[in-house]
Amino acid sequence: METVPKLGNNVPPKKDKLQGKKKKPRRYWEEETTQTAAGASPGPPRKRKRNRELRPQKPKNTHSTKKSRISKKPQVPKKPRERRSPGPQRSLSGAQDPFTGPAPVPVEVVQKFCRIDKSKKLPRSETKIRSRLEAAEAQEEEISVKAARSELLLAEEPGFLEGEDGEDTAKICQADIVEAVDIASAAKHFDLNLRQFGPYRLNYSRTGRHLAFGGRRGHVAALDWVTKKLMCEINVMEAVRDIRFLHSEALLAVAQNRWLHIYDNQGIELHCIRRCDRITQLEFLPFHFLLATASETGFLTYLDVSVGKIVAALNARAGRLNIMTQNPYNAVIHLGHSNGTVSLWSPAMKEPLAKILCHRGGVRAVAVDSTGTHMATSGLDHQLKIFDLRGTFQPLSARTLPQGAGHLAFSQRGLLAAGMGDVVNIWAGQGKASPPSLEQPYLTHRLSGHVHGLQFCPFEDVLGVGHSGGITSMLVPGAAEPNFDGLESNPYRSRKQRQEWEVKALLEKVPAELICLDPRALAEVDVISLEQEEKERLERLGYDPDTKPPFQPKPKQKGRSSTASLVKRKRKVMDEEHRDKVRQSLEQQPQKQEKAKPMGARPSALDRFVR
Amino acid sequence: MKVKMLSRNPDSYVRETKLDLQRVPRNYDPTLHPFEVPREYVRALNATKLERVFAKPFLASLDGHRDGVSCLAKHPKSLATVLSGACDGEVRIWNLTKRKCIRMIQAHEGFVRGICTRFCGTSFFTVGDDKTVKQWKMDGPSYGEEEEPLHTILGKTVYTGIDHHWKEAVFATCGQQVDIWDEQRTSPICSMTWGFDSISSVKFNPIETFLLGSCASDRNIVLYDMRQATPLKKVILDMRTNTICWNPMEAFIFTAANEDYNLYTFDMRALDTPVMIHMDHVSAVLDVDYSPTGKDFVSASFDKSIRIFPVDRSRSREVYHTKRMQHVICVKWTSDSKYIMCGSDEMNIRLWKANASEKLGVLTSREKAATDYNQRLKEKFQHHPHIKRISRHRHLPKSIYSQIQEQRIMKEARRRKELNRIKHSKPGSVQRVSEKKKRVVAVVK
Repeated sequence: METVPKLGNNVPPKKDKLQGKKKKPRRYWEEETTQTAAGASPGPPRKRKRNRELRPQKPKNTHSTKKSRISKKPQVPKKPRERRSPGPQRSLSGAQDPFTGPAPVPVEVVQKFCRIDKSKKLPRSETKIRSRLEAAEAQEEEISVKAARSELLLAEEPGFLEGEDGEDTAKICQADIVEAVDIASAAKHFDLNLRQFGPYRLNYSRTGRHLAFGGRRGHVAALDWVTKKLMCEINVMEAVRDIRFLHSEALLAVAQNRWLHIYDNQGIELHCIRRCDRITQLEFLPFHFLLATASETGFLTYLDVSVGKIVAALNARAGRLNIMTQNPYNAVIHLGHSNGTVSLWSPAMKEPLAKILCHRGGVRAVAVDSTGTHMATSGLDHQLKIFDLRGTFQPLSARTLPQGAGHLAFSQRGLLAAGMGDVVNIWAGQGKASPPSLEQPYLTHRLSGHVHGLQFCPFEDVLGVGHSGGITSMLVPGAAEPNFDGLESNPYRSRKQRQEWEVKALLEKVPAELICLDPRALAEVDVISLEQEEKERLERLGYDPDTKPPFQPKPKQKGRSSTASLVKRKRKVMDEEHRDKVRQSLEQQPQKQEKAKPMGARPSALDRFVR
Repeated sequence: MKVKMLSRNPDSYVRETKLDLQRVPRNYDPTLHPFEVPREYVRALNATKLERVFAKPFLASLDGHRDGVSCLAKHPKSLATVLSGACDGEVRIWNLTKRKCIRMIQAHEGFVRGICTRFCGTSFFTVGDDKTVKQWKMDGPSYGEEEEPLHTILGKTVYTGIDHHWKEAVFATCGQQVDIWDEQRTSPICSMTWGFDSISSVKFNPIETFLLGSCASDRNIVLYDMRQATPLKKVILDMRTNTICWNPMEAFIFTAANEDYNLYTFDMRALDTPVMIHMDHVSAVLDVDYSPTGKDFVSASFDKSIRIFPVDRSRSREVYHTKRMQHVICVKWTSDSKYIMCGSDEMNIRLWKANASEKLGVLTSREKAATDYNQRLKEKFQHHPHIKRISRHRHLPKSIYSQIQEQRIMKEARRRKELNRIKHSKPGSVQRVSEKKKRVVAVVK
């Protein structure tokens, strides 16, 4: 904000100066502008300035106010623009542009697209590298501003549900919502009464267009749930533990009583994978093409579905595994155990990446939200907890539920659904990134049977619930991301588009070894191995090539290059260096002393005896 | 109760008719694009692999000469025209688009030692072993006319090289001395010597056009100013320099192709240390030429290969060789910076792509965008070990490969010896001299 008025203030005096110094022959349009600027209408520009101040700050300007390293860069592209239009811009007709300069972008939106962690300082490095880093940062900044600007083009708004003043949204039942919304949305609420083969597990495809469900007694079906077109319906004549779509809706993995089977969308069995036996839970990692399976025998197995090989089989050493979920942010698998811990796994490691003690008693359900920051767990102690997954794994909030939740699911916009007996509760937070507040449920719904599977439909305000009485599709306004990306997962894609997407997705299949807690680590400098390399290099060379050579005084003329003067000059430099060293060590000493003091304890008389 | 459900109208997401383009709404929200970095990494890896797959640099071989090709020259105005001189005194003019010889002249008796074109492109000069400098018209003789040079200058000594001034009607030859000639006269304007030795090449600076550089067989590189009667300064290296080439973008930078298998990039303001030593060849470097961008140069070597070096790197980024190519004597980078030509001992001129995996011909905008994107990705992830390994991998002929190994061992042994010498002598008595300083014997002004 500060640069903009400056611009306005700076330029007119310049013009005045110009007029004062040289009486140049003026063009007719110049005359007009100076007249208006000088006296005729001082009102509008001033008003305009006030207006501009009211407008939200441009991110560029906010950055420029900081004296940070990024400050200069975003202004660089602005310069030519300033040069082109000095002062208030006026067209030939005399009309003024009330909104000069680029359109303002709200800071929060830019923040969303920003990939640089500004809390980290740039490392000390050579000026050349440093300037390159700065340029890269400035570019990144510019890109985030551009991306934020494109936010304007998004077509859809998210849904919402608001009670009248004092009205509790949890009291609003599905029938009311169905009555209030448009026909197309109302059609998304439906019940499938399938009492014969229940309880049901269900899974939506990644585009949110297709729904697959499998009943405990062998009923497997897949349908396009939006048009209600059935793709296949079979009975596998065996208990179905879990069901999951693979990368597209054409393939379906079903965990049956003994083995893992893969069907296509017509119900034809394509594969029977006998190396994965007694599977209880399935999870598909779409970018790695890995099907993670948790088995009764305690193994977590990763199956690469693009080549059909088992990538890793990890023994969790925690008995039967029947609680599993994936972190969609970093593809880490979370396993819940009967001793109350949740362990985090990646196929590259034989040991868990982390273990989090969440509950007293066993863990009943785990869910991770789409940004990978929050994990919700529920345990046998009837607690529902939300953990922060960024670094410390600390619980953010907890709540005791009368019955305890058996199933949990996060929606794309951060709503948390919990299935407790035959009731489904949904909690909502403030926004996408904030954790859901557990005080007041957002919606509740009672079903005709016990909940057995829960999933929010991607890109639709719908929660699918599989229970012992069949399938229920609930309406949850505000659950889904309204604007999908056509190249990532497009619910309206045609067959050709799907095929093209499939080829591209397979080409950029991420190797399983790259799964780790921080997926951006690959773009960062690997400091540890860099230091190791440096060390090895020093050993190999036998000396440090980067050390400064000892000072050699330059030869001078006219008899000033005598030995005595050379020694004198050498001594001078040496002393200066020594002084610098002493100064530095003196600066460091007080810091050390401060550290040595016991933290937090009050000084007592007995301190003198402490050795 | 106020409620709004997400309800999309399919009409705004599906194309209206089959002839329309598919609608692809975009949302750049990072949460909808997870695994950004790993996916970019995989794309970069694929791009690097594809680059190696498509690396087919050899375009054509122009055959017709009846002896080894000794010199090449570019046409200043026409990209398609190339001139070449052979060891039997024959000069040929080639058309690169047709890949055919369009004219041949028996210019000299014995070698054609040097060839250069006039800046306007209407004529060219040749020097040969028969102690003559000849000026020829670029266009062939009309019907009934005889093939004759415009001018012939008969000198006293053998001329070994020639270069034309970039703007004026002046050219320079070298031999026993560096002579600067006016085109209209039959005797040199001035001739400059420094010591008595045969000078192998002379080059005008393309930016500071009155500057010249020459290299002689007594291991020195001498710089001249045309406006003065005496040379400016010289630097003496360990071994003989075969040719030099000025950087066309930076006036004070030149690169010298040396007999000790290396190339040295010098800043003419500070000749005591080379800016960069470019090493990868395993035999004497015979010729060097800069790309018009001034970012890379190509070098031809006696080891039957040509290499492309970035100016600021000491290792080459590319090596070209074929089974049939013998000792490469001359090399040129074309003025559109897209191709490289090399003339070799076995009478052929070969045409290469400067960027081995580049697709030739007109690119559609999507292709162009894709290549740009891939290029950026490759740059971004170039230091990752897997990608680095793939992009650096080159297949080499056995002779070059084994010589590289051999030289690596020799270099390591020398280094070890030096270390041991320092270790076992009185501290400070043996000074460590940097690799760059070692190669320069003296600078004389």
